[in-house]
Formats: sequence, C-alpha cells, structure tokens
Amino acid sequence: MSRTALDRWLNTTGAWALALLWFLPLIFAVWTAVHPGEFATRFAPLAPLTGENFVNAWNAAPFARYFLNSFLLVTFILIGQFVLCTLAAYAFARFTFPGSGVLFALVLLQLLVMPDILIVENYATMRMLGLIDTIAAIGLPYIASGFGIFLLRQTFKTVPKELDEAARVEGAGPLTVLWRVYIPLAKPTYLAYGLVSVSHHWNNFLWPLIVTNSVETRPVTVGLSVFASVDQGIDWSIINAATLMTSGPLLIAFMLFQRQFVQSFMRAGIR
Amino acid sequence: MTRPSLTLRREWVHGWLLLTPALVLLFAFTHLPAVTTIWDSFFSTPRGRREAKFVGLRNYETLLADDTFWQVLSNSLWYAAVTIPVSVGLALLMALWVDGRLSGRGFVRLAYFAPTVLPLIAVANIWMFFYTPGFGLIDQIRGAFGLPEVNWLGNPDLALGSVMVVAIWKEAGFFMIFYLAALQSIPPQLREAAAIEGASRWTFFRRVTFPLLMPTTLFVSVNAVINSFRMVDHVFVMTEGGPDNASSLLLFYIYETAFKYWDTAYASTLTVVLLVLLSALALGQFFLLDKRVHYR
Amino acid sequence: MTLMKTMTTTLGAAALLASTATTALAVDLQFFFPVAVGGKAADTIQALTDEYAAANPDVKIDAVYAGSYQDTITKTLTAVRGGTPPQLSVILSVDMFTLIEEDAIIPFDGLAKSDADKAWLTSFYPAFMDNSMTGGKTYGIPFQRSTPVLYWNKEAFKEAGLDPETPPATWEEQIAFGKKLTKRDANGNVTQWGMRIPSSGFPYWLFQGLTTQNDVILANDAGNKTNFDDPKVVEALQYLVDLSAKHEVMQPGIIEWGSTPKAFFEGQTAMMWTTTGNLTNVRDNAPFDFGVGMLPANKRRGAPTGGGNFYIFKDSTDEQKAASFEFIKWITAPEQAAKWTIATGYVAPRPDAWETPAMKQYVADFPPALVARDQLEYAVAELSTYQNQRITTILNDALEAAITGQKAPAAALEEAQAEADRILADYR
Repeated sequence: MSRTALDRWLNTTGAWALALLWFLPLIFAVWTAVHPGEFATRFAPLAPLTGENFVNAWNAAPFARYFLNSFLLVTFILIGQFVLCTLAAYAFARFTFPGSGVLFALVLLQLLVMPDILIVENYATMRMLGLIDTIAAIGLPYIASGFGIFLLRQTFKTVPKELDEAARVEGAGPLTVLWRVYIPLAKPTYLAYGLVSVSHHWNNFLWPLIVTNSVETRPVTVGLSVFASVDQGIDWSIINAATLMTSGPLLIAFMLFQRQFVQSFMRAGIR
Repeated sequence: MTRPSLTLRREWVHGWLLLTPALVLLFAFTHLPAVTTIWDSFFSTPRGRREAKFVGLRNYETLLADDTFWQVLSNSLWYAAVTIPVSVGLALLMALWVDGRLSGRGFVRLAYFAPTVLPLIAVANIWMFFYTPGFGLIDQIRGAFGLPEVNWLGNPDLALGSVMVVAIWKEAGFFMIFYLAALQSIPPQLREAAAIEGASRWTFFRRVTFPLLMPTTLFVSVNAVINSFRMVDHVFVMTEGGPDNASSLLLFYIYETAFKYWDTAYASTLTVVLLVLLSALALGQFFLLDKRVHYR
Repeated sequence: MTLMKTMTTTLGAAALLASTATTALAVDLQFFFPVAVGGKAADTIQALTDEYAAANPDVKIDAVYAGSYQDTITKTLTAVRGGTPPQLSVILSVDMFTLIEEDAIIPFDGLAKSDADKAWLTSFYPAFMDNSMTGGKTYGIPFQRSTPVLYWNKEAFKEAGLDPETPPATWEEQIAFGKKLTKRDANGNVTQWGMRIPSSGFPYWLFQGLTTQNDVILANDAGNKTNFDDPKVVEALQYLVDLSAKHEVMQPGIIEWGSTPKAFFEGQTAMMWTTTGNLTNVRDNAPFDFGVGMLPANKRRGAPTGGGNFYIFKDSTDEQKAASFEFIKWITAPEQAAKWTIATGYVAPRPDAWETPAMKQYVADFPPALVARDQLEYAVAELSTYQNQRITTILNDALEAAITGQKAPAAALEEAQAEADRILADYR
C-alpha cells in the first residue's frame, strides 16, 4: 500500500468508526422502539418486530399537543428574532447615532449572559407580567438575540453601500431599503441562523420546564421528561419510541437539507 | 461633517427607533435581571409572611462555607476544561473528514450531526442504558471480553466523566458544521499550490488551514464555553447531580436551590458566581485568541 | 408580532371562556398526578376521572400528568408561586409541611361538614394518616400510598439451594441468602447479585426501612428535629454499606432506582427492595416465578410508608374546593380504591376497600398483594420535616457519600445532623 492509500484508508476507517459510535444511541433507540420490551436490553438478531411501542407512547401522552406547542414556540421565537434582530442589526450596520458603541457592547454582552442562566429573575419577571404557563413566556427572553443581531450586522456590513445609495436616490425610505436591498442579500444568514435557532429551541429544556405547568403549554422536551420519569421503573422501549417520534421531523429535515444547510453557513460567513 | 444637522438628527432617531424593540427585550430579560440578581444576593429570601431584608454579605459567607458549592464549582470547571477542548477538537477532526473525499460521506455527516437534533433530555435516557451496570451496553461489551461490570453513574469518580462524554457527543457535531462551512470556503487553489510545492498534508493543515480557521475557532470556543455552563439537561435524567453531588453542575445547583428549596436569594448569589465566571472566561478567551484572529 | 398578538388574544379568550364557564354551570378542576405514564397507573387515573366526569357532567376534571413525585411537587410549587395552582393534586405525603409553609393548601376538616364526611376522614389506615395530619388537622387524604417490600426470584432461590417459598426474615439471613445467591463466572465477575437496595435519587426512603428495623426514628413528629447521628442510625447505615463493601452481595456504588425492576427481570439481581407500587409491573414483566415478602427484621420489623396524598389548594373558589372534596371522596371510596390497587399495586388506603368483591377475588388469585397491607402494622411515617426538600437532600448526600465509600457512616451522618440542626433551628 502506498503512503497516500494508507492515509486514505486510515482516515476512512477513523471517520466511519467515529460515525458509528456517534450513531449508536440512535441505533439503540430504533432497536428498542421496534422490539417488545423484553428485548430492550437483549440484542437477539431474530427478535420479533412490533409497532406497539409507538402506539403506546402516542396514546400515553398528548404528544400531538406537545408537538403543536413546540411548533408554535419555535415559530414565535423565529419570527420575533428575525424581525427584532433585523431592525437592530440594520441600525448598528448602517446608522450613525450617539451611543451605538455602548449599545452594541451591551448586545454582545448577551452572548455571555444568556437568559438560560438568569432563570430565577426571569421567572420573577414572568410572574409579575402574569405570563407564567404561556408559550409567550418561554419565548420572550430569547427573542432579542445578541447572536442574531451580531450575525446580521456582520452580513449587512458586507452589502455594498452603492446599492443602498441607489435605492435611496430613487426615494426609498430606510425600511424600504432594508426590505428591498439588505434582507434579500442576507438570505443565507437567515437560513443558517434560523436552523440554529430552531434546533436550539426545539430542544431547550430547563427554562420551559420552569415556566410551564400544563399540557397546553409544555413543549416536546418537557413532555418527554415528565413522560420518562422513573418512579415506577424505567421503560426504555416506550421512552425511545417517544423520543424517535418527537425528534423524527427535525432529523428528517436535516437529512433532506444537509447540503443547503452547510452551504448557507458558508455563504452566511459563519465560520 | 458637512451634512446639515437636521438629516443627522433624523438618522439618530431612525437608528434609535430601529433598536428600541430589541433593546427593550434585551434589557427586560438580560441586563435588568443580571443587575437584580446581584442586588438580590444581598438580601434574605422572603418566605411565607417574612419579607426579604438586607443581609449584606451573609449569602456570600454562606457560599464560602458551603461544601456543596465548592464541589459543584470544581465539577463545573472540570466539565468546562474537558468538554470544551475535546468537543472543539473532535469537531475540527470531523469537519476535515467529511470535507475530504470519503465514501459514504452523507451518512457520516448525518451521524456526526444527529446528536444536535436530538433533545438532550431524551437521549440522556439512552445513555443511561449504555451506562447501566451489568446489562447496559457498555458492560455487555466489557462482559464479552471478560471484564467486570462498572457502575459508571453510581461511582463518584466516574459519574462526572460519564456525564462529560454525553456532552461531548452532543456538542461536537454542532461545532463541526461551523468548521465545515469554513473549510469549504478555503479556495482550492491554495491546496493545489501547496501540492505543487510538495508540502505534506500536515504542513498544509498547520500552516494554511488552521490559521485560516482561527476566527471559526474563536467563535466556536466562545459558544463552547457558554454551552458548557448551560447544558445540564442530561444531569436531570442521569444522575440528579449524584452521587453526593459528584456530577452536579453550577446551573443544576442553581435550579435546585431556586426551584426545589425555594431559596431564591442564595440562588441569586450562586448566579452571580456563574456570571462572574462566564465573563472572566469569555473575556480571557477573547483577548487570548483575538491576537491571532484576523476578523474582517 | 402578529403571532404573538394572535396568541395573546387566544389566551385571553381562553381565560375568559374558562372564567365564564366556571361561574355559569360547570366547575373546572385541574388535577396534577405523578404516576409513570404508559403503565396501567396513568390509564387507571384517566379512566377513573372519565368515569367520574361522565356521572357528574357539571364537573370538568383536567388530569395532568406532572412527572415524578419530585417533578410534581416542584411543578406545583412553581404554579402556586406563579399564581396558577391546580385545584387538587397528588403529592408525596412528606411534602405536607412544605405545602403548609407555602400557605398553599387547606385542611379537609373545614370541608367535611356532614357527619358522614367527618366519619370518612377517619376511615383510613392510621399508618397512612401519620403523614397526613398535623396540629390536629387533616391536610392530606391517602391515595397513592405505598411501602417498600422485598421481591425475590424463586427460580434463583431454587438454583442456589434455598427454599423458593421462604424469603430472608432477618438481617443476618438476608446476608446469608445473598451470599448463596451471588453468582460469579470463571473470571470472578459477578453475573447475578444477591440483592439490590436502590440508592439513587431518594436513598433515604429505603434507608428508613433499615433504621426502622433497627428501632430508631429519624425525625420527631413536630418535624423540627432530626436524629441522624443516633448510634442505631449509624449501625443501619453500616449494615447497608457492608452489603457491598464487606459481604459483597450487592453491587457497589449508587444503585439506580429506575432500572431496578429491569435488573430484576434480567436476572441481574435475585432479590430487590422496591415500592409495592411496582407490584403490577413485576407481575406483568417478570419472566420467572417471584415472591413478595415483608422487609427482613432486625430489632423489629419495619418499613416506612410512602407515596402520595390528595391535597386541596387554597387559591380556588368555594365551588372548586367543594367539587374537589367530592371527587376525592369518590376516588378513594372502596370500589375505586380497589380498582386502583388492582391496577398498580399501591396499597388501598382504607380497610373496607379490601372487603370489596373485586379485591377479594384479586387477593385470592394473587396473595402477594396482601403483603404490603399486612406490613402496615409495622410501618412508620416517612421522614418529613420542615424544609423537607433540603433536609432529605442533606441525608441523601450523606448516605451517598457513605455508600460510595467517600466518608465513614458515622462521620457522614454527624455532618448531616449538624447541617440539619442549623436549618431546623429556626423552627424550634
């Protein structure tokens, strides 16, 4: 074997070994979900297949409702983030006004001091606003995202000034310019940021756990955690069936869009 | 400054107006709570009909004398010190692999990225099975080689490490995406030029690729720092911080103090520590790495 | 922003709808309960609630599964503090003091107006009422109550040359049986442990079995003084530690509670201590013949009671309180209590439930169901103090430190006692 061939071989083996290791939990989840409970921890190749775990899991908890809640939640957050972060990023990228430096530093501060850490105070705020146990309460702290503002500002700064000025000469106001010039050029950033945001908030747990109390507001993660509680013994078959059902959509979405996903990151300049 | 001041002032107003909605929310849910957290840490916890009263530094004295706090702090620092470099390093390795020519690249990429999509709270149950002594997956494999069973999560020396593995598994694929995007935007001509000059792959990586990836490394590692203090979901399921707080992390302890014991003042005090820690780490990292980063 | 607007309007409309509905005809009750879903327990709760709703169209009950016991108390307190408490909830009996301190619940005495109602309050097993009353008032009604029992694998007993019908009766026998039941392969690796006392999450509960058997009580009735450093408590902990460290009949380290039944089914352990609430689970899933017995005795027989009580929350209308009271009366009545016990293994909380035809039939078919009830005679109240969450955490940490060999039992318990004293000093 030549040196490059050996090198190729080693890399391929390494990559595949790590991939299998990384995939193992998912393989196990599928195994337990499609086999009866007594085979959950026994890997007999000829174990009988069953769809019962999915049916049981689906019937055991209002997953459809959890799904809807999670969907409403990420939509609410995403739309809010897009609108607010776009406006703020536009201001930072193309307007000169006193205080912009300090304010931008305050925005960047949120990259460190994330709402996830301020659970005690934010819970008190939500209680004051009477928003406990609402989907709005789960989403509100995340809508003004320092990360989003930063990212869009970077993107907007790369838009050639001439385009901006050309539009203004035609008599367009600042918002029209934003809508016609900046936003179309920042599409990859929106896509990349949107995907990160959706996968983050779809999977977020601690804060929703704290502010939700009822089936009507619980997102999928909190639903899964109460579902999997172990006081009467853990039942992997049904828990894994539920896990697969609830993360299936995102997983499939990634499988279908992985190429676009990476490209949008590339073009968004997140690197 | 030849422009008339009227236009200038209109630009000011526009800028401020555009910022207002985001700033209101930022102040309401980040800056203000951060300040009140510090404020509250100087008061006692209101209970029943007892009001909060100013206690000066008493909460901080309690903190210094709280063995659990020191244990949890040290756990968190270890957790960060291990999970950050390992997950970032693995992410880079993964990105290099799936960026190169590789048979079955689609699957490999999916496998690396899948953990990002799965909720940590749910996959923690799967990992719990892997770690189960005796009939868990790891012990079944060890058993096949005649090795004794290991109580991964029930042994204070192993519990934190076991929890770290899950965090690394969860994080690496997410960071890989950033590296991958960066790698794909490196002009292929550079590689061709290097090949003509006879540079080895390693030299190319060390001299060209790695320096070009520096901004990504900064970005990813800032994210990794934040995540390492924020990601505690799996602790809820796998160990609940046990045995004897061996795998408890700062944010988990804050949650317990605030929402299990309802000692909000002390939880605020703990949060202050976390805020200080995060700021110090992130600033340090920024200055350390920034010297070697060329941002546009 | 449109979404948010729609959402706020929807929420507002829903709130309006709910409030008008309450005043008009139907009473809405929200009800938190903590049993694992997917099992028969949750189905039974749902079926019982539906049955009640069908018979009482003027009451609407929203039964919300709130997670584990721990999740449920946390959720309930969060809801109480957030101003949206449920109307009734099943929560651990030991959280009574916490709920009282939060001013979240009301006693049942004020709602029991008729003589029949007053008699109903006294119709439960006294062992269960220990954790349900304080200051002469009844704050909790026993429902999802349990006690730990010993499960053993009869086939493993036979294999080890033990009588499959006789479980260990004393601490010494438990060790002796355990040694016979612990199997090792050629490499000296254990393939089957003798026994399993799970210690994750809330090790204090099963540990209280050991302390009771050693004839010592962990805390006073007033809930403001603990007894953690008593020599008998230390002795009980030493026994627990020795099961792994000295006698090697139990897996070392912290043993996971949730995977314990599975470990029993997989033949990983020949005996296990766990809640009677697992009885139906074991009956349905154990692939071998098993027995259920009382916990072994030392100085005396003993076990803590455990599990959840019904509580009624203060922040509800009088109609809601009255409706909650009626519902609790109905669901704990003999017929319903029997259904519940048969479905889950939880101990029916009143003697007359055991006299119903359904229950008689059940215990005739499945005598192990009686073990938990019979053990009540020896049972003591589960550890419950002011600042209960914190005090039990202190004890749990000490137990975990001793079990994992980080600290000696005496030292760990002394530290725990000192810390508990510091916290409870305010309540004396």
